[in-house]
Amino acid sequence: MFSYPTVRTSLAFLAIAVVGLAFADIAITAANPWRDLGNFFLGVITPNFFSSEGLLTALLRTVAFAFVGVALGSFFGFFLALVYRAWPVRIFCAFIRAIHELFWALIFLQFFGFHPLTGVLAIAIPYSGIFAKVYSEILDEADPEPGRLLPPGTGRIAAFLYARIPDCWAQMRTYTAYRLECGLRSSAILGFVGLPTLGFYLEASFSQGLYSDAGAMLILFYVLIATIPLWVRPKLLPVYVLGAPFFLGEGLPIVWGNVERFFTEDIIPSPLKDGEGLSGLMSWAGDLMVEQALPGIWNTVVLTQVALVATGILALLMFPLISKHFGGPVRRTSGHVFLVVARSTPEYILAYILLQLWGPSMLPAVIALALHNGAIIGHLIGRQTNGIRLRPDAVTGFGRYSWELVPRIYRSFLAFLFYRWEIIMRETAILGILGIYTLGFYVDSAIQNIQFDKAMVLILITAGLNIGIDALGRYIRSKLALQTMPTC
Amino acid sequence: MSGFDLSGLTASFGGERVIGPLSLKVNDGEQVALVGKSGAGKSTLIRLVHEHVGRESSLVPQELGLVNALPVFHNVFMGQLDRHPTWYNTLSLIRPFSADRSSIKALLKALGMPEKLWTPTASLSGGQRQRVAIARAIYRNAGLLLADEPVSALDGPLAHLVMNELKKRFATSVIALHDVDLALKYCNRIIGIQDGQVALDEHSERLTSADIMALY
Repeated sequence: MFSYPTVRTSLAFLAIAVVGLAFADIAITAANPWRDLGNFFLGVITPNFFSSEGLLTALLRTVAFAFVGVALGSFFGFFLALVYRAWPVRIFCAFIRAIHELFWALIFLQFFGFHPLTGVLAIAIPYSGIFAKVYSEILDEADPEPGRLLPPGTGRIAAFLYARIPDCWAQMRTYTAYRLECGLRSSAILGFVGLPTLGFYLEASFSQGLYSDAGAMLILFYVLIATIPLWVRPKLLPVYVLGAPFFLGEGLPIVWGNVERFFTEDIIPSPLKDGEGLSGLMSWAGDLMVEQALPGIWNTVVLTQVALVATGILALLMFPLISKHFGGPVRRTSGHVFLVVARSTPEYILAYILLQLWGPSMLPAVIALALHNGAIIGHLIGRQTNGIRLRPDAVTGFGRYSWELVPRIYRSFLAFLFYRWEIIMRETAILGILGIYTLGFYVDSAIQNIQFDKAMVLILITAGLNIGIDALGRYIRSKLALQTMPTC
Repeated sequence: MSGFDLSGLTASFGGERVIGPLSLKVNDGEQVALVGKSGAGKSTLIRLVHEHVGRESSLVPQELGLVNALPVFHNVFMGQLDRHPTWYNTLSLIRPFSADRSSIKALLKALGMPEKLWTPTASLSGGQRQRVAIARAIYRNAGLLLADEPVSALDGPLAHLVMNELKKRFATSVIALHDVDLALKYCNRIIGIQDGQVALDEHSERLTSADIMALY
């Protein structure tokens, strides 16, 4: 067993996570965690849909921000994909997608304020980077033969439209639809920084202990996501995309003086602004590194590694829930519902809820990340096992799980896991805003203290860390010869 | 100018020579059949000729090179993308012009599949796909036809119909064929390939199928 590189890699990651766990701050600090959790579940099963008219508006805004942001992201991402071969474009795209939507929102809030543009750009910018990468991968996989057979002198645009796009179209459409679902989640959590989407009302209801209102909101959100195939129709899409900008709300007007001040004063490191010269800058940067960046990086990495392994374990435990090799239709249906709920809930919302109930520590974050990502991977590999045909006399029960199925799906399981590594890290950093000491915590506190220069440096460090993990994940995947489709 | 005169043609796969070095001269009006065992190097030779004569030829590769997501009409229309401005081609993707529609429909009729004009290529049978690639090559209307087993998936009468059509429309051609009778009937020069070399080169009137069978 130990001669398999995949097994050795898994064990190495498991060991790192166990060591990380020793350093991680895992605790339940709330006085009555289980009673609060019970009250919350009571709220979910007794939802109150009529408490305020704000709920429907929030739902509408969530959809509108998602449509405008994803549409713009897909538009610009497509054009970036066409020039993705150029390395400055690659670096640019890697950079903009390494910064989380919420960080973008925090940046734009500082100078656009609560204008709809803040929310739209917060989604559109990172999504452009993601679309550029995935679209270019899809385009690269298209069969080059039809293009080679075109008569010489065919225009580049005509060649592209006839010989490249048609074969990629279906895959690009599927991926864009998947991203729209992600966009709805991103849009919902933008409410946590004050935009008028679901997150805002969720936070408000929670802080007042109105669990039935929060439950209603969550249920509406699941229904919204689960019914996407019903209401997102190709024919209706132009209506949505053109109509969505009119439903973003008014927000507050942009004060252009703030925009100018942000770029010319706020983000200039304070020693330079105060004329303290290079030595002042060095000690400023040194303090920033020692007091904020390094602890932030350490906690982010520890939490990421623990959450990654927890995600893997949960995914392996959960995939039998939807695999047709086990149990009957009743259990599979409830398994489906559970996985849909777990993967439709943004990590951020899960972590927020658990933090409210259990008090601040890394535990809620690990559980939230593992539940959400584990459900996504569990769903994908569970679906994959449904394509496996076992011989009629194959063992059943745990023997079937451990001897027949896990060995068959283990490689694609690892591929998905390493693909999501970077995503988990991006989320880990952002969960800091909720009070866990990852990089997001230090970014958020710097912004609270109106130290935008420090916040920008910390965001850049976060982006660098994500790019590094992405590269490492890709390296390990290629070392182990693991392949994934982009839709994960 | 549709004939060609090439010398020093060679090709290797993984360090092993599969073709040549050989010379090949084809004059205007010659319809050449390449015959020989599978693996003898016919496909490689067609590829090599295509690379050397530039792209001023109508090619039917063995893999066909169809765009599966597009209907038959557009796959055929692609043969003349160079003759129209970009706006015309783009518009044709959405709503083809009636002149193009009728000319491509006539072409498909000659190949025995007029009813398939708007069928997505992905849902066609192997023989139908082959005829779409042939229709594209004919529509392209270059002076020289290079075709690699263009009728391998067609049954008897259809194979004759298509070969007849190709003979009529291309005065000069090089066609790899494994069917010796088709080669003798529709080509006026037979080139036999064996182990990457020309083992036979003769006018078809002077050959019988027994002469060619010696290559197999």
